[in-house]
Amino acid sequence: MISLTINNRPVEVPEGSTILHAARQVGIRIPTLCHVEGLQAIGACRVCVVEVEGARNLAASCSMPVTAGMKVFTNTRRVREARRAVVELLLSEHNGDCQTCDRSEDCELQALAAELGIREIAYAGERTRKRIDSSTPALIRDNGKCIRCRRCVAVCVEQQHVGALFPQNRGFETIIGPAFNHDLDSVPCVQCGQCAAICPVGAITEKDQIEEVWKALDDPSRHVIVQTAPAIRAALGECFGYAPGTLVTGKMVAALHQLGFQGVFDTNFAADLTILEEGTELLTRLRRALVDKQPVALPMFTSCSPGWIKFMEYFHPDLLPNLSTCKSPQQMFGAVAKTYYAQKLGKRPEQIFVVSIMPCTAKKFECQRPEMDASGTRDVDVVLTTRELGKMIRAAGIQFGDLADEEMDAPLGLSSGAADIFANTGGVMEAAIRTVYEIVTGHELPMPKLHVREVEGLAGVKEATLPVRGAVPEWSFLEGADLHVAVAHGLSNAQQVISAIKSGRKQYHFVEVMTCPGGCIGGGGQPRFTTNEVRAARIAAIYQEDEGKQLRKSHENPDLKTLYEEFLGQPLGHRSHELLHTCYTPRAKV
Amino acid sequence: MTTETGKCACCEAPSEEQLLAQLDDVLTGYKDVPGALIPVLQIAQGMFGYLPEEALKRIAVALNKPYSEVAGVVSFYSFFTTVPRGKHLVRACLGTACYVRGGKQVLQALKSALGVEVGETTSDRVFSLDVGRCFGACGLAPVIMVDDDVHQSVKPAKVAKILESYRHGPQGNGNGNGEHA
Repeated sequence: MISLTINNRPVEVPEGSTILHAARQVGIRIPTLCHVEGLQAIGACRVCVVEVEGARNLAASCSMPVTAGMKVFTNTRRVREARRAVVELLLSEHNGDCQTCDRSEDCELQALAAELGIREIAYAGERTRKRIDSSTPALIRDNGKCIRCRRCVAVCVEQQHVGALFPQNRGFETIIGPAFNHDLDSVPCVQCGQCAAICPVGAITEKDQIEEVWKALDDPSRHVIVQTAPAIRAALGECFGYAPGTLVTGKMVAALHQLGFQGVFDTNFAADLTILEEGTELLTRLRRALVDKQPVALPMFTSCSPGWIKFMEYFHPDLLPNLSTCKSPQQMFGAVAKTYYAQKLGKRPEQIFVVSIMPCTAKKFECQRPEMDASGTRDVDVVLTTRELGKMIRAAGIQFGDLADEEMDAPLGLSSGAADIFANTGGVMEAAIRTVYEIVTGHELPMPKLHVREVEGLAGVKEATLPVRGAVPEWSFLEGADLHVAVAHGLSNAQQVISAIKSGRKQYHFVEVMTCPGGCIGGGGQPRFTTNEVRAARIAAIYQEDEGKQLRKSHENPDLKTLYEEFLGQPLGHRSHELLHTCYTPRAKV
Repeated sequence: MTTETGKCACCEAPSEEQLLAQLDDVLTGYKDVPGALIPVLQIAQGMFGYLPEEALKRIAVALNKPYSEVAGVVSFYSFFTTVPRGKHLVRACLGTACYVRGGKQVLQALKSALGVEVGETTSDRVFSLDVGRCFGACGLAPVIMVDDDVHQSVKPAKVAKILESYRHGPQGNGNGNGEHA
């Protein structure tokens, strides 16, 4: 342990800690801008400078390690003036439209200016040149607003192992962007939106599609329905001042009804459907490998997360056969809504307009993939992020806090607890295990509250082994087998798992990957900012939702049984194959 | 005068295809070598005379680095160029010492003599013009460099004569980094 003082207060921290960590430990606030907890500490922005007794220069507290006996001062005139100067210089270059900016309410630069008491900008000079890149379906980049903090670079390179963004050029000409400042759609970008989630200003945001939804709602010839992803209910409240992890399912449904959606449905319903299709696919692959001795791609990877799919298409096209052919729940929902549900209403697919509320920006890309038209028209018309839904509710003048809880509509609104946990890392795996184990053994998963504890939590890579004992005759070839599974979230962690598999160090049967840290609850479209504490709170809410339901297993969803009886036939059947499964496209890595 | 890959630069220049194949050979020696990016970029610029997109993409793949990072490094350093250069690279120093001793006038004279702006290449592809920020020869200011030759105490009036000596002289490599001269 190292002893030091900060503002004359004694502090003791482990060796290797930074001054910033030490200050936080005793509740002394040091403002930061470029710093991302757990990722970069590059000391680039100099907002976090402090005075260290005996040192000639001010130190960047985010990257300066503590030493024994160090005397740190965080609130001297010199420190205050230096911080102000740094922020004033940033403001002088920032080419913002502050009154109308997407980030006008949660802009960190603006908050920092207010915190430091900056009321005028002392420097007049050239501003960063504006260049707007709207080439992708999901993200808009506005270089004029970029303050070059490089937080997006840290998440894109370190956390996501994608590397679409990097500083280009030098000095004032520096641009944070794709190679040679090409458009984002011309480089390997998985559209995960983690850059948009971490950006302190309005330089990277999701593509706003709220107006398209209003237009559809205003069109009497359209039957407009909405599906909500499981992660929304644990985060939407944050748009209205609720603490992270507040469940607002009932209010969310009420708000959607008030907005004018003619059916408020649940992506969870399609998540249950995914479990039946994907679980059956896994068992079929195992049968073909173990009984028929055919060459089969194992491990099988989950395919719910469109950023992950695109990552595989770019960086591991050789492993595309290992991806489950199941579409994501969002796309399964769209395909079922425009066929099964449309038929029930006596409508044509084109008359149904499907809006998705997703915690995700990559879903905006996914719904535009050319193959996502199983109904004969685009299966999902528009995807809004959680943040966009929050804006829409406010623009409609709905007092969210005053809403009484309402229920999802039938027939695509009922879901199990297993579907809820699709929202977080480990959840799809647990949901699959609940169903697959019961199919194979005829017994309920013998784990407390049906939870597979080994795959829960925020560790980057998690593993579990599922012993199969007492298999029913149909699955007797699995008797005595140990199924090895792994779960990764954040694409760097996924990359680690892939490297281990490719090198032969690890062998698994089934691997769950979610693109974003924490899973969908930490998605690129969620309310800002998602820290690990926020992730943990949202995950706790999701498990609370799961445990609060009578229905805990996907295969017991009665409306799903009806769907198979009336329409689909059986899992992996002909109609399922046409509507619910897909194929993937290898893409060039550079 | 030979390049790293053994081709005689005085003879007929190899095609871009051949150069890319040679680059692939070079790259096999740099896989998993830490800090290889900048040396590899210098070698590539020495081979091609500039850094073509295809070469940069191959470098990114071979060194297992994001293309955005390779591009970031290339665009950071003024010695790297992604546009084809003339046979000879002329650089006027605008570092502090050269600047105060008339480097700007020398640059102006070079622009007029060549009829190009900074960063451009003459239409006959003989000269490219660039600026530098100190070549480490401040005592000789103002200096210009033509390929790897430093010319000291340059007067604007002397510029045309210096250029003329290259126009018909031996073939330069135009890479400006002194790798393979």
